Amino acid sequence: MAKRLDIQDLNLHYGKFHAVQDVSLQVHARGVTAFIGPSGCGKSTVLRALNRMHEVIAGARVEGKVLLDGEDVYASNVDPVQVRRTIGMVFQRANPFPTMSIRDNVVAGLKLAGEKNKKHLDEVAERSLRSANLWEEVKDRLNKPGGSLSGGQQQRLCIARAVAVQPDVLLMDEPCSALDPISTLAIEDLIAELKKDYTIVIVTHNMQQAARVSDQTAFFNLRAVGEPGQLVEIEETGKIFSNPNQKATEDYISGRFG
Amino acid sequence: MTDSTKSERHPADAEPGAAAAPSGPQDPKTPAEPRSDSKVVRIGDRVFHSVATGSGVFVIALIAAIGLFLLIRAIPSLQANEVSFLFSREWQAGDPDNLRFGIIDLAWITVASSLVALVLAMPTAFGISLFLTQYAPRSLARPFAYVVDLLAAVPSVIYGLWGFLVLTPVISPVAVWLNTNLGWIPLFADGNIPVGTGSNVFVAGIVLAVMILPIITGVTREVFERTPTVQIEGALALGATKWEVVRTTVWPFGRNGFIGGSMLGLGRALGETVALTVILSATQEAPSYSIFDAGATFASKIALGSAEFNNNMTVGAYISAGLVLFVTTFAVNALARWIEGRSGKGKE
Amino acid sequence: MRTDTADVERPATAPTFQHIGIGRRLKNHTATGLFTVSFLVAVVPLLWVLYTLLSRGLVPMLSADWWSHSFYGLLPNDFGGGIYHALVGTIEQSFVAAVISVPLGVTVGVFLIEYGKDSRLASTATFMVDILSGLPSIVAGLFVYALWITTFGFPKSGFAVALSLVLLMLPLVVRTTETMLRIVPDDLREASYALGVPKWKTILKVVLPTSLSGILTGVMLGLARIMGETAPLLILVGYARSINFNLFSGPMASLPLTIYTERKTPTEAGDARMWGAALTLVLVIMLINLLATLISRLFAVKTK
Repeated sequence: MAKRLDIQDLNLHYGKFHAVQDVSLQVHARGVTAFIGPSGCGKSTVLRALNRMHEVIAGARVEGKVLLDGEDVYASNVDPVQVRRTIGMVFQRANPFPTMSIRDNVVAGLKLAGEKNKKHLDEVAERSLRSANLWEEVKDRLNKPGGSLSGGQQQRLCIARAVAVQPDVLLMDEPCSALDPISTLAIEDLIAELKKDYTIVIVTHNMQQAARVSDQTAFFNLRAVGEPGQLVEIEETGKIFSNPNQKATEDYISGRFG
Repeated sequence: MTDSTKSERHPADAEPGAAAAPSGPQDPKTPAEPRSDSKVVRIGDRVFHSVATGSGVFVIALIAAIGLFLLIRAIPSLQANEVSFLFSREWQAGDPDNLRFGIIDLAWITVASSLVALVLAMPTAFGISLFLTQYAPRSLARPFAYVVDLLAAVPSVIYGLWGFLVLTPVISPVAVWLNTNLGWIPLFADGNIPVGTGSNVFVAGIVLAVMILPIITGVTREVFERTPTVQIEGALALGATKWEVVRTTVWPFGRNGFIGGSMLGLGRALGETVALTVILSATQEAPSYSIFDAGATFASKIALGSAEFNNNMTVGAYISAGLVLFVTTFAVNALARWIEGRSGKGKE
Repeated sequence: MRTDTADVERPATAPTFQHIGIGRRLKNHTATGLFTVSFLVAVVPLLWVLYTLLSRGLVPMLSADWWSHSFYGLLPNDFGGGIYHALVGTIEQSFVAAVISVPLGVTVGVFLIEYGKDSRLASTATFMVDILSGLPSIVAGLFVYALWITTFGFPKSGFAVALSLVLLMLPLVVRTTETMLRIVPDDLREASYALGVPKWKTILKVVLPTSLSGILTGVMLGLARIMGETAPLLILVGYARSINFNLFSGPMASLPLTIYTERKTPTEAGDARMWGAALTLVLVIMLINLLATLISRLFAVKTK
């Protein structure tokens, strides 16, 4: 559990558009790495490339390497399905499966992989919901549809669903951007707990959030609209927010642009 | 190390082992241990992909097969035909050794009844679409639209009965009036059956109009609904009346949709069979090119001829007529879709 | 008069709101009137047809034997008998047509939305589905005749009818599937992929269940449509006034064919049979439509 990610010379394209250029960075195991930067800088694109969700979009191409504990997730004998099992993802908008109950949503990953043992699934459901801090709120209505929960609860349901398949890494793509402050706080608390067991990468627009939850922060930027996004620097979160190496980072963080 | 071959892998070349794996029906319940199921998963995906793609190919092949089979069956009869297929007014297909069949009269009845239908249905459908999208109260627009759609749920054989037995006696005075007052126009001259008593192209056109009304309305309504609100509000803010709004925004935006929808309606009218078989088959006389003629369209000729489908040559004669109908409706429908696809993109 | 003086005494200031010219107003009202009338014009034939059916078809339909007997052995002037033989044929033929066209149509829809996207093959297939949806039913019948009966040498049968109905139902199923799959948000597909679920399973277990209610509704509406088809029946099967359960051999009645054939019996009893069958057909179609609404409610994705 909890593995390290090495990104080497990553270049990402959508058709003819070069979206991200030459990104290399390390994501430490059992820690939270935050990706920040202005809109269009490619931070979400890099995140999606880490578990090969990038290639779901038609015309998307990848060059470079993403190593999970030294093994390239883009190696020719690696199945993207395996990669996504190992590197889970939580999306910007909570997206529980509308046809499934709360419980079935949580164990969807296992059930769709063929797990039939009801007792085992119930255990996993409870364990995952507990680790997503949702168990107490939903334990009496596990058979209600997932869509019946509030926005914040739905997002924690999606985290529980991602955790249920026991991934090594958890990617979060602006998980709180659609939530109110109280739900956001609940998710941030959850991230602090989850990092004991998981490697977490989070994309956020909210710099206070990056400062609160992450151990290291990567700042992405783009020279101009239409140009590819690039990694400006990656540092310990404390350092980035107090004394960044690059002028661009300082400008962004102090709100002078972006 | 950037290696461009790494991008865009296909399942097929990604895993050489999978290709050699038995391609029998794979177990739908994939193994519980997630790490070892990659081969099964890939086969599942590949099978699914091929089946889906195959079904797409099948649809294309189906249309090709329809054209091809009709053609193959039509050619021998066309070769044996003693008269001109396109211009003869005869239709004697019963004797395989003396085939005499031409489609000119079928074409006349088909086109005439479809055109009468269009002339009646187009303005009405236009009005209905505007009424439903711009004028009717919001809460009633949906149920009203449903009522129009119900017209499409009535089977054509029932429209035929209604047109022949109920509508004809009621509408005949109109036909007589047209014939008396406008009879000097060839189109309104006497037909091959008495104007006042029989069902003719005129009645058939009215019934067809009712049948294609929901088709034209459906397409037109949808396009009119998509008129950008910004444009409508822009016109309203200039102090335009409702009619002026329609004329300056809704109509230019939806014109192609309306024309495309009307073409779809035309396609349907050209191919309508049973209603016209019931309404128009009162006489065997050759038509005199008036809208007060009766007779047979391509489709109704085939339906009526089914009784003598007892040898391949005879059937081939009818299939030749069917082939013409197929090609015509194919062209009309293709044109309709093309025009419809241009809606909202027109200049202005 | 008081009003006159009031008019005179009114100060000559401009009205608060600008005046709209008579011509513009007149045009506007005329347009409104015409459009409203055109809608009413469409309602007239619908009500007229329904009234005709009820007034002429209700009496024969209310007889005790209607739903349980056939027309077997009836002489032209004999009243009575029932529609059971035609119901059997209509239900069997359209059911078999649905069984073939639904899986096929859903698969084509899945191909167009989930796999084809913007490929050349998909746009060609879309075009062909459009053409198929405009295919005259008589041509569908002729094609099946040319293929199934002339080329393969099978006899005329209810099954041949079912095959031609497949051609007519297929485009309806494809269209519905396409529309319904298109409104499934991509979020759900991505959520499933991110859980390590392969694409085919995502389609089968996540995407299709989400759009199930819409697809089923469309299938029922398609079923209602093909039940009223008459033209292919005239070429592909003979009419029997007795009950025939066998789709693969012998003449077989169905509701539209019954209406068409009994029309030729020039007696009052024949008229009664014809209108009774017509009303029955419309009732069956309405029932299926109702069922479609029910299904869309019942299977709709629940949020509570």
